[in-house]
Amino acid sequence: MSTFPIAIPRPVHPTGLWNWITTIDHKKIGILYGVTAFIMFISGGIEATLMRVQLAQPELDIVSAAVYNQLFTMHGTTMIFLAIMPLGAAFFNFVIPLQIGARDVAFPRLNAFSYWTFLAGAVMLKLSWIGGATDAGWFGYAPLTSIDQNPGKGIDFWIISLQVLGVASLAASFNFIVTIINMRAPGMTMMRLPLFTWMSFITAILLILAFPVITVALIELTFDRYFDFNFFNVARGGSVVLWQHLFWVFGHPEVYILILPAMGIVSEVLPVFSKKPLFGYTTVVLAGAIIAVMGWMVWSHHMFTVGLGPVANAVFTITTMLIAVPTGIKVFNWIGTIWGGSIKINTPMAFALGFIAMFLIGGISGVMHAVSASDAQQQDTYFIPAHIHYVLFGGAIMALTSGIYYWFPKFSGRMYDEKMGMAHFWLMMIGQNVTFFPMHFVGLDGMPRRIYTYAEGMGWDLWNLVATLGVFILIAGFAIFILNMVKSWKSGPEAPGDPWDGRTLEWSIPSPPPEYNFKEIPVVRSLDDWWNTKQGGNVKEVPVAGGSGDEGHNIHLPQPSYWPLVTALGLFIAAYGVVFNQLFIPWAISIIGTFIGFVGVYAWSLEPVNDPDEDSAH
Amino acid sequence: MVTMKNRGVFGSVFINSSRTQKIILLLMSLAVAVLATGCFIIDPNANQSTFEPLGPVADRQLTIFWWILIGGAVVFVLVEAALIYALVKFRRRSEEYVPKQVHGNTRLELLWTIIPAIVVIGFSVASIDALFYSADVPKDEPSITLEAIGHQWWFEFRYPSPDDPESEVVTANEVYIPVGIPVRINLESVDVIHSFWVPKLAGKVDMVPSEGNHMWFQADEAGEFFGQCAEYCGTSHASMKFKVVAVSPTEFDKWLSDQSAPAVESGDPLALEGAEVFKSTGCSGCHSLKTIARSGSKGRVGPNLAHVASRRHLAAGMMDSSDGAGNVNDAYLQENLRKWLENPSEIKPGNIMSSQAAVYTDPDKSLTERQISALVAYLTSLK
Repeated sequence: MSTFPIAIPRPVHPTGLWNWITTIDHKKIGILYGVTAFIMFISGGIEATLMRVQLAQPELDIVSAAVYNQLFTMHGTTMIFLAIMPLGAAFFNFVIPLQIGARDVAFPRLNAFSYWTFLAGAVMLKLSWIGGATDAGWFGYAPLTSIDQNPGKGIDFWIISLQVLGVASLAASFNFIVTIINMRAPGMTMMRLPLFTWMSFITAILLILAFPVITVALIELTFDRYFDFNFFNVARGGSVVLWQHLFWVFGHPEVYILILPAMGIVSEVLPVFSKKPLFGYTTVVLAGAIIAVMGWMVWSHHMFTVGLGPVANAVFTITTMLIAVPTGIKVFNWIGTIWGGSIKINTPMAFALGFIAMFLIGGISGVMHAVSASDAQQQDTYFIPAHIHYVLFGGAIMALTSGIYYWFPKFSGRMYDEKMGMAHFWLMMIGQNVTFFPMHFVGLDGMPRRIYTYAEGMGWDLWNLVATLGVFILIAGFAIFILNMVKSWKSGPEAPGDPWDGRTLEWSIPSPPPEYNFKEIPVVRSLDDWWNTKQGGNVKEVPVAGGSGDEGHNIHLPQPSYWPLVTALGLFIAAYGVVFNQLFIPWAISIIGTFIGFVGVYAWSLEPVNDPDEDSAH
Repeated sequence: MVTMKNRGVFGSVFINSSRTQKIILLLMSLAVAVLATGCFIIDPNANQSTFEPLGPVADRQLTIFWWILIGGAVVFVLVEAALIYALVKFRRRSEEYVPKQVHGNTRLELLWTIIPAIVVIGFSVASIDALFYSADVPKDEPSITLEAIGHQWWFEFRYPSPDDPESEVVTANEVYIPVGIPVRINLESVDVIHSFWVPKLAGKVDMVPSEGNHMWFQADEAGEFFGQCAEYCGTSHASMKFKVVAVSPTEFDKWLSDQSAPAVESGDPLALEGAEVFKSTGCSGCHSLKTIARSGSKGRVGPNLAHVASRRHLAAGMMDSSDGAGNVNDAYLQENLRKWLENPSEIKPGNIMSSQAAVYTDPDKSLTERQISALVAYLTSLK
C-alpha cells in the first residue's frame, strides 16, 4: 500500500519489553517517566548522602575535595533536571489526557521521543561519573567552566546532556500545550480545566520560553570551550557576568517550572479530601499565571552580591518581594479550601498538607533573602540550601509524593498500603526538618555553602551532625515508600475506578484506565463535572476494567512505533560524538548519530499505518 | 456542636475554650516554640556569626534581617496556626456529610492579595536605605582605601604606600585596618569569581574579574575577624580564608610602615642557606620578596612573602601560628611552615604550588629534609 522505501510495519507487541519500548500510550510513557525519574532521584539522594556524611564532623576525609565538588554539582543537576522535572512530566503524561477527556496526547510519537531523549540525556549525564563528573556547580559559573580552569570532559558531558534534556523538555512542552488547547473534551473550556492541568499548561509555556535561554548560554559556552571563542573570556573582552544573567534568566523561571506542577497536584488533592471545591479557582489560576509572568522579573536576586549596584539591587528586591504575593494567595486559598470542609487525612492528603506547612517555611525564608541589604549576609551560605530544600523538597517532592499516592490506584489499578504510606509521611516530615532546618542556623552562623569541609571550633559541628542524622530518617522513609510501591503494585487490593470520591474526569473511568481511556468522549458541563454528576444523582457507574474485552472495538488509537526511539538514539550518539569529537576521525561519531537521527525522522514521517480494521478482525 | 470524644488532653482543653481563646492559645504556643528554638541555636559568638555585628555595615544589615525575621515569624505562626486549626476543626466525622460547596470569596481574596502586597512593598522600601548605605563609604567622613585581589585560593591585599603615591604595599591573607575608620575595599580577581566576606563586619561582595567591585566596612573595636571566600571558586574553595585585624590608628600606621620596609636578611647560617634554596629551587619565581609594587601592577602567582613571619596565619587562614594573644609564635610558625612545605596539597588540595612547582611535580627535584629546614628557618626570619 505504501511506496515507502523502508516500509517496516508498525510494531505489534501487546505485552512485554517490546511493548514498553515501542509504546506511544501516554499512560505507559508516564509510568516510564516516573520510574526513571525516581531512579534518578535515588542517585541524587546517594550523592547528597555522601556529602552529608562528609560534613557530619569537621575535617573529615571521607571524600576528597575534588569528589565533593563533583557530588554537589551532580546532586543539584540531577535533582532539578533528572528527578523533579521528569517527575512532573510523569504526571503531565499520565494525568492530563485523563483530566481533559482525551484518548491520548496530540503527538503520541513525539511524546515517546521526549521520553527516550530525556533518558538519553540522563544516562549521558550520570555516566560522566566515569572519568570525572563536572565540578563547576549546577549553575556552572564562568570562568570555572572555561577550558583553562577545567580541561576535563565532565563539563562537556554536563553541557551536552543539558542540551539533550532541553530537546526532550521542549518537545514535551509543545506536545502538552497543543494537547491542552486542542484535545479537550466537548464543554471542557479553559476555565473548567482541572487545576493540575492548568498549572501544567503554564509550566509548559514557561519551559518553552525559558529553555532557549539556557540553550543559548550553553552554545556560547560550547563555542568558548571547543572553538576558542571569548563570550566568557575576560582576558579577551568577554564577560563572566553575562553567563550569570543568561543562567538566571533561565534559572529563576526554572524554579517555577519545578514548583507549579506541585502546586497543581496539591490543588487537586485538597478539594477531593475536603469534599469542597478549590477555594477561588479563578484566583488560583490567575495567581499561577502571574507567577509565570513575574518569574521573569526577578532573576538578579541570585546576583545581589555580584556588584550590579544598589539601584539594580533595590529594583530586584521589590520585584522579588512582590512575587511572594501570588504565592501567598495560593497558600491562603488552599487553607480556604479545607476550611469548612470534611477533611479526611490519608497519605495523599497528609503529603499535600505537609507541602503547605513546609513550603511556607521555604517561602518565608525566600522573602528573607529577597531583601538585598540583608541578603549580603545570607547569599552563598547554608541559609540558601536550607531555603531551596524547603521549596524543592518540602515543596515539590512532598507534593509529587502526594500525587504518586493520589493517582496510584489509577495508574496501577491497585490500592497502596495506607499504614506504610502514613509511616512514610511522618518519616519524611521529621527527616526533612531534622536535615534541612539546622542548615538555617549554620548559615546564619557564617558557614558558606559548597565547602567540602570546615575547621573545628567554628560553631558548626552540632548542627551539621544533626543534619546528617536527618538524612537517615529520610532514607528510612523512602525505603518504606519503595516497599509499599512494589508490594502494592504486585499484590495490593484491586482499586475501584473512583476510590476517593473524586471530582475530575480521570475518576470516571476504570482503574487502570483501558488503553483508549474513555469509551465515549465525555461531555463536560461544569468545573468538577464528575463530582457534580455524582451529586446530581446521575451516578454513572464507573465501568469495570476488562469487561467484555472488545468494547474498544471501533476506537482508532495511535499505534506503537520504533522511530521515536531510533531518533532519540541518533541524538544520543550524536551528543556523545560532540563530547568525544576527536575520537577516531574528528566528529565522525556525531555524523553517524545525526544520520541515524535523520533516518529515524524520515521513517517516522512516512511510517505506514496498520489497517485498524484488519487489526480488530481477530 | 461537635462531640469531644477521643481528642486527648490537648484536644479537650482546645475544644473547651472559646474560639478566640483557642486561636490565642495556638498562636502563643507556636510563637514561643519558634522564638525559643531561635534563641538556643544561633550562636552569636561563633567566629563567623552574622548575629554579632561589630561594625556599622553588618549592624545595619542585621537590623534589616531582624525585621524580616520577626515579620516572617508572625506570618509563619498565623498561617501554620490557621492550617492546624482547620485540620482539627474540620476533620471528617461522617462519610455522608457533604459540606457546603463554597467556590470562593472575592472580598477575602482581595484582602489577602492587597495586605501582603502592601507589607512586602513596605519592607522592601524600608530596606533600600540600608542598601545604599552599605554600598560605599560615607562621603562626609575620612576613610582609607585598599585593594583585595582574589586568587585560587588566597587573598592578596594592597595598600597605597605611605611614602610614594605611585606605589603600593603588598601583603596577603591578613588585612590590617584602623579601628573606627571606614575602609573602602576595591575588589578584583585574577582568575575566577571569589567573594569577599567578613561576617562580623559586612555582608559579602563578589570579586569578579574585570568588574571593579567595591565594598566598605568599619570595625568598631580592635580585634581579629574571620573572613572566608563565599563564592564557589574551585577545588579548595573551602580553604580560602583570611583574617581582618583591626588595630588602633597609630598601630595601623606602624604596621603599614613595617610592611613597607624591605625584608630583613637574617644572619643565621641556616636561614642564609634557606635564602639560597628559595632562589635555586624556584620559589622566587612565584613568591615576591619585595613589599612595594607599582600601583596597578600585576602581582605574582603566589602570595608575597616579604614579611610572612609577621602573619598570624599561614596558607590563607588555614594554619594558626599565633599564641592566642595575637603574637606570632615562632615554634608554631615553623611547625606550620614545615607541614605546608612537606605536602601543600594535604592542606589545600589542587593548589597551584603542588601542581606546578617543579619541587612537587618532579620527584628528582623534590625538597630534601635539609632544604625544608633551611626554608623554614629562612621564612621564619622574614618578620
